[in-house]
Amino acid sequence: MIWGALLYGVVNSIALALMALGFNLTFGISGIANFSYGAMYVFAGYGTWMLFQKLGAPLFLSIPMMVFLTGLTGAIMYRLVLVRLRGLVISEVIATFGIGLAALELFRFMGLIGFEYTLPVLVDGSIQVGPFFLDLQRAFIIVCGVLLTAFLWVFTRYSPVGLAFRGMAQDEYTALCLGIDTDKVAMLAMGLGGGLCALAAVVILPLGTISVDAGYDVLLEALAVCIVGGLGSAVGMVVASFILGMAQSMASMFMGSHWMMIVNLVAILVILAARPSGLLGKQKELEERI
Amino acid sequence: MPNKEKRLRKERLDRGIKARSEDIFALSSWKEISYLLAPRVLPLMALLFLALFLPVYWKKVLVTTAIFGILAMSWDLLVCTGLVSLGQALFFGVGAYIAGSLNHKLGLPWWCTIWTSGLLGGVLCSAILAPVLRLRGIYFSMVTLVVPLMLVRIIEATKILGGTEGLSGIQGFPNLTVELVLSLGMFLCVLFGYRRLLGTDYGLVLQGIRDNDRSVISAGINVYWLKAQALFLAGSAAAMAGAFMTHAYMFVGMPVFALDYSILPIAAAVVGGMGSIAGPAVGAFLLVPLSEALRGLGALRIVFYGVFLVVFVVGLPEGILHYLQRKYYQFERWVSVEE
Repeated sequence: MIWGALLYGVVNSIALALMALGFNLTFGISGIANFSYGAMYVFAGYGTWMLFQKLGAPLFLSIPMMVFLTGLTGAIMYRLVLVRLRGLVISEVIATFGIGLAALELFRFMGLIGFEYTLPVLVDGSIQVGPFFLDLQRAFIIVCGVLLTAFLWVFTRYSPVGLAFRGMAQDEYTALCLGIDTDKVAMLAMGLGGGLCALAAVVILPLGTISVDAGYDVLLEALAVCIVGGLGSAVGMVVASFILGMAQSMASMFMGSHWMMIVNLVAILVILAARPSGLLGKQKELEERI
Repeated sequence: MPNKEKRLRKERLDRGIKARSEDIFALSSWKEISYLLAPRVLPLMALLFLALFLPVYWKKVLVTTAIFGILAMSWDLLVCTGLVSLGQALFFGVGAYIAGSLNHKLGLPWWCTIWTSGLLGGVLCSAILAPVLRLRGIYFSMVTLVVPLMLVRIIEATKILGGTEGLSGIQGFPNLTVELVLSLGMFLCVLFGYRRLLGTDYGLVLQGIRDNDRSVISAGINVYWLKAQALFLAGSAAAMAGAFMTHAYMFVGMPVFALDYSILPIAAAVVGGMGSIAGPAVGAFLLVPLSEALRGLGALRIVFYGVFLVVFVVGLPEGILHYLQRKYYQFERWVSVEE
């Protein structure tokens, strides 16, 4: 029993990390808290569904297409809206939240709710882990999460664009002095964040149905992971997603599924009150509290 | 200079009448007095006219508008203190639940619960947020975003206060006139009260916290205590609005913590113009009737809100009120730039 909960806790944790990856990347580099993240997630889900079920494109084609399209949407959003609001934190939040709200409610208006809106699993079947059966989609989530995290680790350390990302994350003005076009890099970060969000969507959504409310929940989950781990800290994000994922699994097992979201919210509150930069975030004492 | 064309810039100057009427001794002509009074008295007259002559359905809308106006103004008072809240539903919901339980459990009548829940709600909300008063900027905002969501889930999970079904059978108002007079009365009290408050020394200190909190601290002022007071002032107005809505709907339930009550005040403030109390009130009077007119569109209304937010944040970040104020007080002309 307990081992089963642990196993599903690991899957849950990695799913959380996948959800938070894009949000964390965008925030860490450009400082933009992308509150339309949940809308992007749902957009990728519906888009893949549309391409696959309605237009009959094969799955291995429609997924890369939607990942690219979602990334493009993010980049366009930056170019058209956010570039005018850089540095005005509250305006950025209001603008991205407005875009996300409009998109999600538009999906709701179009009536995209119901059981037929499901994505097919990428890999079928199940494997035996000890005494438990784990379906291959969940195993695939684990593989995907590990691979993507490793890819990002290598990408930000050894590729020129990745190094530019890190440079901008450390200090925007210095990066500008060294010839890094920060507007372009921020746009790329927003696009890459969108792409990662779409990847998370097509990997995680086959476990359930695509719904508009999932958009709001994903935003909250991503926020929770990023705040607890420290906004913009990659290692912190992984640690936090394991803490939250395990705590959620335990809560839903021993106290009922109502308590799953409360775990997140309590974690956010406690961390923000005690240590606003999160477990492993850089402490910016004077910026966050007086 | 690559091109030798004549370059222009816009120059803004105060109108003569503005400069004259700023001085109290110059208020000798009706023209200047009415210049000063028009922006304050005309909207009041319009409000009175609307309250008297609208059809019944739109009178109900006017009541809702006034309530959302109060919420938006209480949001703006917090912004003036440097506390940007993303969860005005917290204050609203706490007020609504206090009024609901006072009426449901103790049987207190509406004229008693509204001001009691205003006071209690203000105290309770400042107490809830007191531990995070040290946080600044977006960190405080995120806490306020999370707290109402958490309260909803806790009510859902523990089934206290009626759980998912809420408390129904709450005493309503005797008739529409009482409702209208009460809501508009509260709206005007909050509007003029807050504006007056921000003009006093106390209000200046509150705005000082927004502009530079560390210099206020170094002036030997306890900013945490002042922030708690601002939370109480804003929270009690919003809680009163919540209590009013409980009695108007004769029901209180989980929807009082819904996102609507957090988004609409922000949208109203963004559209109307932040930082002047009157701006959010104007914004509420534009947005709520508009959304009522668009009711036929169903869920598409919220789409319009979202689009409105983005358009105004990017296109007219100062808001409608500040834009009109500028046009009213100043004239503009193009002058050539000296090379």
